[in-house]
Amino acid sequence: MEYTTPNFTPDMVKTHTILIPNMAPIQFRLMAAALRSEGYTVEFLGNCGSRVAQLGLQYVHNDTCYPALLVIGQFLDALASGRYDLDHTALLITQTGGGCRASNYIKLLRKALVRAGYGNIPVASLNFSGLEKESGLPLSVRLLRKTIAAVEYGDLIMALRSQTRPYQNTPGAAEAMTEKWIDTAGGWIEAGRGYTSHEMKHNFAAIAADFAAIPLTRTPKVKVGVVGEIYVKYSPLGNNDLEKFLESQDCEVNFPGLMGFVEYCVANYRLDVDFYGGSHLVAGGADLLLSYLDSLGTAAAEALRTHGFYAPGTFRELMKKPQGIISLGAKMGEGWLLTAEMLELVEGGYPNIVCAQPFGCLPNHIVGKGMINKIRALYPQANITPVDYDPSATAVNQENRIKLMLAVAKENLAAAGAAPAPATAESLAGGPPALATAP
Amino acid sequence: MCAVRVGLDIGSTTIKCAVVGEQGELLWSSYQRHYSHILEKAREMLCQGAAGHVPGGRALLAISGSAGMGLADSCGVPFVQEVFATRVAANRLAPGTDCVIELGGEDAKILFLTNGTEVRMNGSCAGGTGAFIDQMATLLKMGADEMDAAAQTATRTYTIASRCGVFAKSDIQPLINQGAKAGDIAASIYQAVVNQTIAGLAQGRPIKGRVLYLGGPLTFSQTLRQSFDRTLGTAGICPENSLLYVALGAAYYADTAFDLAEVAGRLQAYSATATYASQPPLFATKEEYEAFHARHMRATVPHVPFGVDCGPVHIGIDAGSTTVKLVVIDSEARILYTNYQPNLGNPVPLVREVLLRLYERHPGLAIASVTATGYGEELVKNAFHADFGLVETVAHFTAARYFLPDVDFIIDIGGQDMKCFKIEDGAISNIFLNEACSSGCGSFLQTFAQALGYDVKEFAAMGLFAPRPVDLGSRCTVFMNSSVKQAQKDGASIENISAGLSISVVKNALYKVIRAASPEELGRKVVVQGGTFYNEAVLRAFEQEMGIEVIRPDIAGLMGAYGAALHGRAKARPGMRSAVLNEQQLKDFTQTVTSVPCKGCGNHCQLTVNTFADGQRFISGNRCEKPVTGKAGDESLDLYAYKRDLLESYRAHPTDPDCLPAAGPRANIGIPLCLNLYELLPFWHTLFTRLGFAVTVSPFSSRALYQAGQATIPSDTACFPAKLSHGHIDALLKAGVDAVFYPCMSYNLDEGLGDNHYNCPVVAYYPEVLSGNCPELGKTTFIYDYVNIERRKDFTKRFPGILGRYFPDVPKRLYKPAIDAAYAEYARHMALVRQKGEDIIAAARRQGKRIIVLAGRPYHIDPEINHGIDKLILRHGATVVTEDSVSHLVEKFPTHVLNQWTYHSRLYAAAKYCTTQPDMDLVQLVSFGCGLDAITGDETREILQAGGKLYTQLKIDEITNLGAVNIRLRSLFAALEERQGR
Repeated sequence: MEYTTPNFTPDMVKTHTILIPNMAPIQFRLMAAALRSEGYTVEFLGNCGSRVAQLGLQYVHNDTCYPALLVIGQFLDALASGRYDLDHTALLITQTGGGCRASNYIKLLRKALVRAGYGNIPVASLNFSGLEKESGLPLSVRLLRKTIAAVEYGDLIMALRSQTRPYQNTPGAAEAMTEKWIDTAGGWIEAGRGYTSHEMKHNFAAIAADFAAIPLTRTPKVKVGVVGEIYVKYSPLGNNDLEKFLESQDCEVNFPGLMGFVEYCVANYRLDVDFYGGSHLVAGGADLLLSYLDSLGTAAAEALRTHGFYAPGTFRELMKKPQGIISLGAKMGEGWLLTAEMLELVEGGYPNIVCAQPFGCLPNHIVGKGMINKIRALYPQANITPVDYDPSATAVNQENRIKLMLAVAKENLAAAGAAPAPATAESLAGGPPALATAP
Repeated sequence: MCAVRVGLDIGSTTIKCAVVGEQGELLWSSYQRHYSHILEKAREMLCQGAAGHVPGGRALLAISGSAGMGLADSCGVPFVQEVFATRVAANRLAPGTDCVIELGGEDAKILFLTNGTEVRMNGSCAGGTGAFIDQMATLLKMGADEMDAAAQTATRTYTIASRCGVFAKSDIQPLINQGAKAGDIAASIYQAVVNQTIAGLAQGRPIKGRVLYLGGPLTFSQTLRQSFDRTLGTAGICPENSLLYVALGAAYYADTAFDLAEVAGRLQAYSATATYASQPPLFATKEEYEAFHARHMRATVPHVPFGVDCGPVHIGIDAGSTTVKLVVIDSEARILYTNYQPNLGNPVPLVREVLLRLYERHPGLAIASVTATGYGEELVKNAFHADFGLVETVAHFTAARYFLPDVDFIIDIGGQDMKCFKIEDGAISNIFLNEACSSGCGSFLQTFAQALGYDVKEFAAMGLFAPRPVDLGSRCTVFMNSSVKQAQKDGASIENISAGLSISVVKNALYKVIRAASPEELGRKVVVQGGTFYNEAVLRAFEQEMGIEVIRPDIAGLMGAYGAALHGRAKARPGMRSAVLNEQQLKDFTQTVTSVPCKGCGNHCQLTVNTFADGQRFISGNRCEKPVTGKAGDESLDLYAYKRDLLESYRAHPTDPDCLPAAGPRANIGIPLCLNLYELLPFWHTLFTRLGFAVTVSPFSSRALYQAGQATIPSDTACFPAKLSHGHIDALLKAGVDAVFYPCMSYNLDEGLGDNHYNCPVVAYYPEVLSGNCPELGKTTFIYDYVNIERRKDFTKRFPGILGRYFPDVPKRLYKPAIDAAYAEYARHMALVRQKGEDIIAAARRQGKRIIVLAGRPYHIDPEINHGIDKLILRHGATVVTEDSVSHLVEKFPTHVLNQWTYHSRLYAAAKYCTTQPDMDLVQLVSFGCGLDAITGDETREILQAGGKLYTQLKIDEITNLGAVNIRLRSLFAALEERQGR
């Protein structure tokens, strides 16, 4: 049996609605705006429920990673919903390339489509590794820049939301502010504005200032960072709505930004040359792109700090963190980035960490579970719990493990109240929150 | 202010309540199994128990336990995580404790209290808990107490995988069938729990000092405590109230006062909500059921009375994993007699009894043939001198064909296993057996029925008319437990749970074992069989899920035995008299069972020796013929053995005398023989010896080597080959090497067969894990830099810099020739493997033997990883070659999946090559937990099937038993023969 579906050709941009699985809700909403501004008709899938997982189980090998199962199940569920004109619908899936089995999602998706009777649906690949050349999503530099802006804005809004919501005086204030800025930033991007680095830096400050104006009461709360396999880290469908659960437990939650993963992928081109030799042209190109991205990230971080929020260091600083713990050569899946993010969180006052991974995730045996002992040896306060996600694991089981982590965190928090306080996010960020000051 | 505190601990199988007074003294406590009647029991404990000791009915209350979480939230009572509660209690009741080991119904926990508090809980895939022990006790037909008592009589222990009940069963069942002593098995089960706990939870941290044992299993089982003591080299304490620590911790932690009666009332309200995901009912109306019932009643075999003088008759005996079935048919295939009994550990006495009864009741009985099949086939055949033996898959096929001559799919769900065969052109073309990690068999329903306090028949029937069956999905038994409990808490009735479980059995079979998405992929003419299909709810669910009508024979549970009898009938020559023992011989029959370890080779097979009255011996548990014939098997046709010999030759030469500096070796470099080093040893060994180093290579893996390293494994779900590397590091350090060399390698060599040439993430970076988790490694030099030997020029340029950091005195001029020699040696090694492959293939063709490409990764040649499967194949009269000995014979070709890992590119290529060779078939070895093989397995299957070949996958792990593997291999050979015969 042949498992091929039509290639996604450039003329389909005009004729087809492109369905995209929703991974990071805020960032992906903004990315939709970027795509729309370039003439694409896109829709982010929000369908969830047991049918999604069931379809995944039915059409994908059950030992394949959970994200593949969910993404494919979500597509099949959407196609079966009757909401789309199947002659004019295409699917988009991202591929990072690399030694992780995730690079195979697109092949598994095509196979599932054929088996489920949707062999006529084209699948486009979004990747930067030169895979799937015949069926890649046509990308222009402008679209790339807009997409980068979408991710940057998204990361910033996500960070601001998570640092205000737990402390807001009026319930719903942070949420309303988040919606407002997603709409505003989305509006800019869709109108072809706001994506140059100059505009972005200006806008970052405005967004941070607006969030800083939300009336807050800063009571000490347990601060939890979330790292993990990229899909289950962000996707509420993949992680049983981890963010909401942690918020319900009265925690401040820190999801390191999506741009970090993009930068990690770019940096690996340079690192490969450093480690093993290769084209200096490729390495130099990666350096340039990374510098551009890092300048945006640095600007966002500055905006955060200026307004009294916590912000991580630059990406280049992040790259230094794993030294002595794991080599930057570990580049499959989330690779060294995951370890680096854990270190960044612990050092930044988020010593409590959920490390989320699909059950049996190979890279995370190494960079997640495998590194916890080393991190704890350096930072005894690190309180890390690995949580596996798969269709068999029940939410109760996962939440129980997280609650154990939280119980220890709460105890540490209470002890910290009595003893001399350790460095908090605020002190690291340069003092307590101040009222917005005009730039 | 209330002075009395109440802690309620709702665990997965039990519920505990503790009431403590002002001084922290225990006023009242209770410990009960809740049989999933969580809400009722909780109410009862609060109102009728605790309230009596609480003045005014008000107390500080907190709830803990894995099943207590949602419940606590919904009735507004503070929840304390149970491990945390344990810590609270231990700090208060047993100050000075260094480490707590607590085993519960479904959880295992280790708490380190001193020198940096750490708490650990088992991950989501873990057996080795109370539920596991219960399950194993059920298998041994014992209560938990009896099992403990039996274990005290043990004289030896067997190796049993404890990772998951399903795994362990497949180890234990054959031991039972082979007649191993129950006491020995029981002791082995406890030892397995100990190993599981330590391997899964210690994660590199030594367990020492004052150790506290808590929880049900450790409280009730003396043997378990002793096993922990012995393994840890410590004397742990099981304190007073060891069952109540969680409840006590919750009580100490409680800081909010509640009226207990009011909380009980809230529990009542909670149970009435009934909000759970449901699915359509099995039958909408009574009429629908009656039509269904009548349709299935039509698939019958004629039964005729069994006269006193009857014959010639053919007897089929199916000695299955949990039952013994016996069918007597006449020469027209009509059934004269059937017998179906649970197998109480040893099928031999049961078969003897039934045969004797037959002789007694039918003095003139003329037996034409006796055919044995099933797990215990060999044993029964040898004990009673049966005429024929038949692999069970073929027996089932033979029987199914009787009901539906053009059957194209058979699914058999028995007690412990599930077998599905696809039939094409009248021969088995594909076999699916349940893997070690999937449940959904008959015993699954039985386990739940028992847990909920019902008889399985009664329980299953309850589901037929359930209006809203619970949607439980398809998951493994352990997880299903918690789903069922959740559903109960959500108010699902027993009827709806029963129906939901029946549906999930079917979903497991379809989506996990067969992985069929639609009936088209399955076939249209389906026969379902096995005892589980007597359950009409399962039968109905199957038809509903697939949207087809199937045949369920009236002898669904006896199909193996019936098929065996039919086989005998077909094979028996006219007038043949069976060689089976006669009545007198049966009366005099005796069986003695002894168990000895074989010392023939490194596999150390545990042999079970049955000796019968006539002095005949039957040996099982062996992989090769050596213990039977006294001669070593001929390994000249086993490429696995040859590869091992090649590697051994490097071990035998730790230095290159021509390159040694005058002062002796520069240093002694240790190379662990694990993962990709199984292939690259020739490369690195040559490189280092040419540079003037001595090289120590760790030995081939063994059980002892694994256990020596198991405490440092951080991720219990990583594959077994990766976990073994911890043992190799340990072995090298014990050998006293100066440095350990094990480089990280994102990239493998590019053999031009794929789109890229990666290693899998585990192979690529496992040294990082070793560096982070093997404390002993910190005391020596560990060289695990990143290298890429595919880029030869760059490697040659960079390697001196890498090694120079550790050994600056190596003269620069030596590097280039040494590296060139390393590449040359690697090429020579691979050429030797390919040459030997050619030789074996040529020899096989001369001798008319089948050629099996036993395809895995280089490390699958390790005897501890492959468990001697190569020898097993030789025993079946075939020859064994490796995937890398034939993969160079095909050009790169397009695949459906992204072909980006070197080792897997070889696999696809080997599969492709097989399709061009009529006498060559591929068997894929898959390590449990290998995420990549979910992708490669399907692709390999498709390549083979597209080329008209059978696909056989053997999933291997720590498991040492080869029963299931053997059935697969025998089925493969039987199917191949049948295909060839036509």
